[in-house]
Amino acid sequence: MPSTIKIPFGPQHPALKEPESFLFEVDGEYVVDVVPRIGYAHRGIEKALESRTYIQNLYLIERICGICSHAHTTCYTQAVEEALKVDVPSRARYIRTIVAELERIHNHYLWLGLLAHEIGFDTLFMYTWRDREIVMDLLERISGNRVQYAMNIIGGVRRDITPEVSSEITKGIEVLSERMKYYKKVCSDEKTMLARTTNVGVLKAKDAVSLCAVGPTLRASSVKRDVRADDPYAAYDEIPFQVVTNDGCDLASRVATRCDEVVESVGIIQYALDHMPKGSIEVIVSRVIPSDEVVSRVEAPRGENLHYLRSNETDKPARYKIRAPTLANLSALCKMLIGGYIADIPAVIAGIDPCFCCMDRLTFIDVNSDKTWNWKCDELRRHAIKWHKEQ
Amino acid sequence: MSMEAELIRSLIRRPATLLYPFKRRPLIEGLRGKHTWDSERCIGCGLCARDCPAFAIEMIGTGPTAELKVDLGECIFCGQCEEGCPREAIKLTEFYELADPKRKNLILEFKRESV
Repeated sequence: MPSTIKIPFGPQHPALKEPESFLFEVDGEYVVDVVPRIGYAHRGIEKALESRTYIQNLYLIERICGICSHAHTTCYTQAVEEALKVDVPSRARYIRTIVAELERIHNHYLWLGLLAHEIGFDTLFMYTWRDREIVMDLLERISGNRVQYAMNIIGGVRRDITPEVSSEITKGIEVLSERMKYYKKVCSDEKTMLARTTNVGVLKAKDAVSLCAVGPTLRASSVKRDVRADDPYAAYDEIPFQVVTNDGCDLASRVATRCDEVVESVGIIQYALDHMPKGSIEVIVSRVIPSDEVVSRVEAPRGENLHYLRSNETDKPARYKIRAPTLANLSALCKMLIGGYIADIPAVIAGIDPCFCCMDRLTFIDVNSDKTWNWKCDELRRHAIKWHKEQ
Repeated sequence: MSMEAELIRSLIRRPATLLYPFKRRPLIEGLRGKHTWDSERCIGCGLCARDCPAFAIEMIGTGPTAELKVDLGECIFCGQCEEGCPREAIKLTEFYELADPKRKNLILEFKRESV
């Protein structure tokens, strides 16, 4: 009899909001090995992008993810603007920054609630989600919608921030900052929270870097890496801010990092509102994009977003590739889970702030026969072993 | 032990939710809702139909006699039609209660009066 037992987790599981499967090999209560199976939420977005115009793609890109929709469109518009060699007006860059930071606040509030829900602390979940309404209302006031903001257009932004809206934002973010400071205190004082997060899902700095973790997951392992600071886009080069890191390397430090990031975001928004230059918010651009190859990076709330565009002098992209942060964090997630308890699995998975629908696009295309098929990780592995044997 | 004060405050607070549909929150200016169309302004260029990412807009005919059909069941309320319109003929209003049991009733047919 083998000493370990294999337990499938997902694709339909109460602890997962999205379909994704993990195969856990366990020894008693300990997790020995994890095999993630991605691909359950594959929607063929990259192929769909190639058959739509650049303007239509704005809204398809926005729907890759419901939470970091603005980050994806910022990344997309940056890539297209780079191919067009267009400079975006500085007021538009500031507005993009403000919406991006509001989105980060929204995401971190949502994430804290979800984590609290996973560990059974539903009171905190209700409180954070109640306060999340403030930032959603602000985003609705700016853009006209609570989730898919449609603020970015190629060459600028669609709507301006008027002085009245600006004062509403100032009022709103002050409350959000105070509330988040309170939640950080709760998370570092409450016994329930401490018992479930301290020394859970440990990811050492060395592992985080070698497994290519991104975003708050990486920064919670005391690695100071942030696209906003390392490769500034939008208006981040003109706004002073600190890259928040934490050296706890566990789930508790991931909570603290995200709480501090919200406070930092509030500072960025306030500075951007105070120093926003006057002027136009968009430039008129051509519908046809000259042939070029561009890689664009944006720090989404969950981590680094990477978009690749190849254009061919038509109004449709020739190839578009998206690398969402959850895919980058997946191998680090497996590392975190190994050696931990089975009971900690939901909390650790929730801890990287997973968004599987953003990530699932592992498709193979045979260029000779135009055949398309999907492969799961282990199928790919089997194929690789077989192929090498035959060589 | 830091949550007791918050719990007591929440006990005496009103509920965070509204008793919809008996109570409604005020309309937000600039909300992206149901479309309106100004036949006098429309020149029938068809940019709205061409750029619609959800293929929800159909332009019947071309030029100054063209009429418009918008399928609200398909519409994703992104506002590209409003954004791209060179004459500001198509606009989104703040009206958002659009649910209907029949798909047929979700199709807005805008006609020209004098044609």
